[in-house]
Amino acid sequence: MDRSVNLLDLALGFDEPSPLRGKVVLIEDCVETSGSFVLHQMMKRVLSPHSSDALIFLAFARPFSHYDRVLRKLGCNLSTQKTNNRLVFVDMLMMKCSDGDDNVSGVAKLFREIQGTVRKLGNVTNRNITVMVDDMSLLEIAATNSNSDHVLDFLHYCHTLTCESNCSLVTLNHEDIYSSMERPAYLLQMVCLADIVIKAEPLASGLANDVHGQLTVVNKGMISSKSGKGSSRNKLQNFQFRIKENGIEYFYPGCSRS
Amino acid sequence: MADSIFRKLRDGGEEGELAPALTIEETVASPFALDVSCYLLANLSSSILAGKSKSEGLVLVTFSRSPSFYLQFLKQKGIVVSSSSKWIRVLDCYTDPLGWIDQPSTGVTEGPSLVKLNKCVSDLKRLFSSVIDAGREMVGDGKTRFSVAIDSVNELLRHSSMPLVSGLLTDLRSHAQVSSLFWSLNTDLHQEKVTNALEYISTMKANLEPFCPSPDGKRNALENLFLAHQDFGKGRFHVRFKLRKGRVRVMSEEYHVDQTGINLSPISSAESVIAATKSLIPKVHFNLQLSEKERVEKEKVILPFEHQDHGKSTEIYDGRRTLADGKTEATPLSSGELQADVVSSGKGGEIIYFRDSDDEHPDSDEDPDDDLDI
Repeated sequence: MDRSVNLLDLALGFDEPSPLRGKVVLIEDCVETSGSFVLHQMMKRVLSPHSSDALIFLAFARPFSHYDRVLRKLGCNLSTQKTNNRLVFVDMLMMKCSDGDDNVSGVAKLFREIQGTVRKLGNVTNRNITVMVDDMSLLEIAATNSNSDHVLDFLHYCHTLTCESNCSLVTLNHEDIYSSMERPAYLLQMVCLADIVIKAEPLASGLANDVHGQLTVVNKGMISSKSGKGSSRNKLQNFQFRIKENGIEYFYPGCSRS
Repeated sequence: MADSIFRKLRDGGEEGELAPALTIEETVASPFALDVSCYLLANLSSSILAGKSKSEGLVLVTFSRSPSFYLQFLKQKGIVVSSSSKWIRVLDCYTDPLGWIDQPSTGVTEGPSLVKLNKCVSDLKRLFSSVIDAGREMVGDGKTRFSVAIDSVNELLRHSSMPLVSGLLTDLRSHAQVSSLFWSLNTDLHQEKVTNALEYISTMKANLEPFCPSPDGKRNALENLFLAHQDFGKGRFHVRFKLRKGRVRVMSEEYHVDQTGINLSPISSAESVIAATKSLIPKVHFNLQLSEKERVEKEKVILPFEHQDHGKSTEIYDGRRTLADGKTEATPLSSGELQADVVSSGKGGEIIYFRDSDDEHPDSDEDPDDDLDI
């Protein structure tokens, strides 16, 4: 079902063409409020029938069948997209990164595969490519055999892809698992790398039936090579959401229709 | 004020002294060091091209953005860089810092070229040599100098220890042909000792602070980002200059970041401080402050008793001296009660004021409420 631009789309700049081209998006969530729905919404946007964009999805958290089921309810058939070469689903559930040959870490190999896939998919004109990772904490666990710092190196190299191929990078990470750890800087590194940070958190007042949480979107942007085009730089927006059976409803506080 | 930084970088240091060095500090809540770096880059480039700078070349070392980003930015500012440009060299430590990408050549590419790829950023000695070689390609081996700009040392600090990075920057400052250098750092990503160490080896420190700075702690820094609301993109820009004789000069401006970059404006100092103070007074329907006329009138009021300033010395009975006999009688006072003994001495009415507090012995441990009859 085609939907009009909602608050999340506006916050991400979807009132302009290809706003995420060359950008890094970080979705932060916590135990109380999962941010997976943002990932699903963005998947549906990328695989919209009105564009030829492609998606490379690195799944560390759940198998293909889970995402297929969820996206079907949103009106998107992942199997068909796979067949059409618009979706490359990389099942990383059984991934174990170990130091391979020539002292190259597992994540380095993973990056080279992604780079190769991006170059292959990029052969189609006017095609935007998005790389999604669900989620970074599990990538870190998979990579601990080598060096967890390699996860940050992996992110850096993915960032170079956004410059080289103008693709987008969307990652999901859990904010609260780092709060008591010795390396809160790990999360901060990702926030610094991101151009857009979307934070999903519960309401300050606790659980509610008709409001399932709030989203804060920080669109940092950077100096634009397009002279003065767009006004999405340094915008911070906050709004609430309600997860329905076939979609998500976004609204400002106090404006819920229910 | 940002011009002051630029002028110091442009003019370089005196002969025999270490090159002036600038640290640009940003935080998670004010992540605009890139904008400041780009501002300085554009101005330095213009002055080099115009022949107004002590340095005749610029070596740009990129860690956080691709070389093409900076070249595109300079083009937008009217500074076109081509492969035949002899005043700028770019050392690319962004594209493949760890050698993950299979390239035909390994290590630093040979031969004069605008952009050189560096595939091993953890080898700081090699990095130092690459910077100097790139500079000498432009200006030769003589006394001509060049400036060095490092877009970010965050990645350097991830791959190398603090002493090594400190050593690299100090070596660059000490090199006779380096006229000036600057780098940026995100203070939330590193321990305080790292920030302090870099501040020690720099002659200027510029830091970007949001309007609502986080008190401490990295977790607060993250929360602060989301609490910025409509002030995100605005804040204060503080610069600290270390002068040769040891004095420190601090200047501040306000910054505002938009699509074109960072814009700096002076803080509307005293008036805004006063205005801010005034704005703290709650807005009610009556006056909480005195007007000028009221203040003058208040000063004219003659206060009774001991505060009468007739020009003669005011004598206050303090309760400790023995009074003249028959004139007055000091009686114990209950707290909160004034006693005025009117003594008739034939001269007319007179009020002698006994202070309540004088009945207490100094350092009395008695509870003053003991005599309450509750």
